[in-house]
Amino acid sequence: MIVFEKPKSLTDAELHYCPGCTHGIIHRLVAEAIDTLGIEGRTIGIAPVGCAVMAYNYFSCDMVEAAHGRAPAVATGIKRSLPENIVFTYQGDGDLASIGMAETVHAATRNENITVIFVNNAIYGMTGGQMAPTSLPGQITQTSPYGRDVKTAGYPVKVAELLSALDGPEFIARVAVNNVKNVKNAKKIIQKAFENQIDGKGFSLVEVISACPTNWGMTPQNALKWIDEKMIPYYPLGIFKNKSEGEEAIER
Amino acid sequence: MGNKVLMKGNEAIAEAAIRSGCRHYLGYPITPQTELAAYMAKRMPKIGGVFLQAESEIAAINMVYGVAATGRRVMTSSSSPGISLKQEGISYIAGSDLPCLIVNVQRGGPGLGGIQPSQSDYFQATKGGGHGDYHLIVVAPSSVQEMAQLTGLAFDLAEKYRMPAMLLADGTVGQMMEPVELPDEKDVEFTEKDWAVTGTKMQRPHHIVNSLYLVPDELERKNFERFERYRRIQETEARYESFLMDDAEICVVAFGIAARVSKNAVLAARAEGLKVGMIRPITLWPFPSQALKEAADRVKGFVSVELSMGQMIEDIKLAISCRKPVELVNRAGGMIMSPDEVLAGIRKMNGGDNQ
Amino acid sequence: MTTGILIAGFGGQGILFAGKFLANMGMLEGRHLSWLPSYGPEMRGGTANCSVVLSDDPIGSPIVNHPDVLVAMNLPSLDKYEDEVVSGGTIFVDSSLIGRKVKRADVRVIYIPATQLAHENGIATLANMIIVGKMMKECDFLPYDGIEQAVRTVVSAKHADLFDVNMKAIGIGYQYQ
Repeated sequence: MIVFEKPKSLTDAELHYCPGCTHGIIHRLVAEAIDTLGIEGRTIGIAPVGCAVMAYNYFSCDMVEAAHGRAPAVATGIKRSLPENIVFTYQGDGDLASIGMAETVHAATRNENITVIFVNNAIYGMTGGQMAPTSLPGQITQTSPYGRDVKTAGYPVKVAELLSALDGPEFIARVAVNNVKNVKNAKKIIQKAFENQIDGKGFSLVEVISACPTNWGMTPQNALKWIDEKMIPYYPLGIFKNKSEGEEAIER
Repeated sequence: MGNKVLMKGNEAIAEAAIRSGCRHYLGYPITPQTELAAYMAKRMPKIGGVFLQAESEIAAINMVYGVAATGRRVMTSSSSPGISLKQEGISYIAGSDLPCLIVNVQRGGPGLGGIQPSQSDYFQATKGGGHGDYHLIVVAPSSVQEMAQLTGLAFDLAEKYRMPAMLLADGTVGQMMEPVELPDEKDVEFTEKDWAVTGTKMQRPHHIVNSLYLVPDELERKNFERFERYRRIQETEARYESFLMDDAEICVVAFGIAARVSKNAVLAARAEGLKVGMIRPITLWPFPSQALKEAADRVKGFVSVELSMGQMIEDIKLAISCRKPVELVNRAGGMIMSPDEVLAGIRKMNGGDNQ
Repeated sequence: MTTGILIAGFGGQGILFAGKFLANMGMLEGRHLSWLPSYGPEMRGGTANCSVVLSDDPIGSPIVNHPDVLVAMNLPSLDKYEDEVVSGGTIFVDSSLIGRKVKRADVRVIYIPATQLAHENGIATLANMIIVGKMMKECDFLPYDGIEQAVRTVVSAKHADLFDVNMKAIGIGYQYQ
């Protein structure tokens, strides 16, 4: 009896992520959703610029690498061209909420029928730990060495809340992957975000609160604890928008 | 081919693109190319195509990147400041070896510049434009007829060589109307490309569209391969029109609207007994260097006529290895030279100071 | 033969439309032609001009620097372009809007109070086509035959109701003595 196996829609490539990084879990959840829904053969993923830049090597569906922040625009082009395919982006906080904010908001407001996996770990990981648009007030990073001062650096962007204020998007939720219960819930929500697309419902974004022990300067265990103690109080989990309960599928 | 219709240059591009099988247009409004987007907005929904007004030129070119990755014919259009914004995406498209068409209906610059016609994006178009080593195929129409013809050609070349092509027009050719014989409707049936992302259907390994190569020798190899392709293009795809060059002693070089003005000047010079001809580059990259090199054996000098501070003149000098003098006749900022000004340049090259 | 026509006036006077009509006339006759508008932020009230070239040969520059025919529909246009008209050329002047006479002696000048005629005939927006009618009468490069078809082409199907008034305007100009 098989008790554990790698999802089929992940390749055999070895992940490059740091020890304790939760990108691996999120990759797995996305892959499991693709497997469960049996859509690998028609799925096209878009990798960001950031830690997940090489996600195109890890997912076994067709993949496109986008410029920094532009994944929702690239996804729009692909989905408009191939409306029968399933298109998802996988983006970090710098990519989605800083340089790519315009693309994010407009894909959402158009209710583009795509799935967006937004990994929020409150820091720029790949470039070595700089302040992200989602870094918490007071958070020490390489470019906020005295702690994020909201007077000069402004406040964190709450993406889920921001996007759910729009009329356009179908589904906006925030989950975390720092304990078994949260991971199980995240799995359910991520799958829902793909189901929405299959059903033609439109833009579905899942913000995933993720750990970056390396750049947070913590052990993996403490990083998971920090999510509970600092991140989730600032970024509450839940479903922020679920437009189509009762509404008909949109045509694209 | 059918009957002639009266059309604006910008509209001729749009209709020709549709007839050549393009069903995806993504753009952002900017003068003086807006008719093109408006035409697409009207037509695409009626023929099952995609028209999308993006939130920015940056988004538009990245949507183009997305469609191109699926192997479909796709285009965007803009004018100079908007083309600058697209450069990041164009570099990615070139680095990912994807075909697409980018239309630049040029206006004066730099900065916000003006909205009147210009050719001052020549360097940007022909030398790459964005970061990294790459080229675009650049075609330069000088009539509404060529707006239509070269649109189809640009798509075909882009797909043949898997690289982005740019149609480099200017506000005059974009805004003017002339009779145009539109190309026949091309079969738009899609053939699957062996590099495109369309879903594996669980029947093949996954395709990756990408311009990231972290291992330097791999990236170097990619660049070498691309430039080997570029070399073949330079050898075979340069196009130009030769006008009254048989016995010419002076060669005018001009493209786009400047070539139209220059044609009047060449005829006026001929009427004065001056032996003048013109080479009009139709492709700016590849530049028709060979034709100019051969002309340099016969003529005593060249006159480069440009709506810029003198950009193409550098390619002329390179092509002829500076063996003959090259006179510049130019206007900038949206101004267009008159045939008289070109004639004065021709006389000057002829050695007369009696202008 | 090549004829360069420059029509100039305020935005909103139908300068480009008049040019389009001439271009369509050329089209119907199978001649070479080009139509080039000034373009820019001016929609109404600013200056507008339009170059039309009609020729038996392929056309070089579509920009009319030295018009064979100038249509001036306001004073700034006459001031700006009068000296550019070729010797022996023709200038049409909307004399209801332009108070002064043409200074040049080496050109043919035709004064017509087009805007006033338009108002008197209840077609206030069609002074442009009244001048076009006068041009058809005075310029042998524009035959009157086929005029109906040209009008039909230029007023699109959407505005077919405007066919009659345009024909009326052309008629008024054509008959004006």
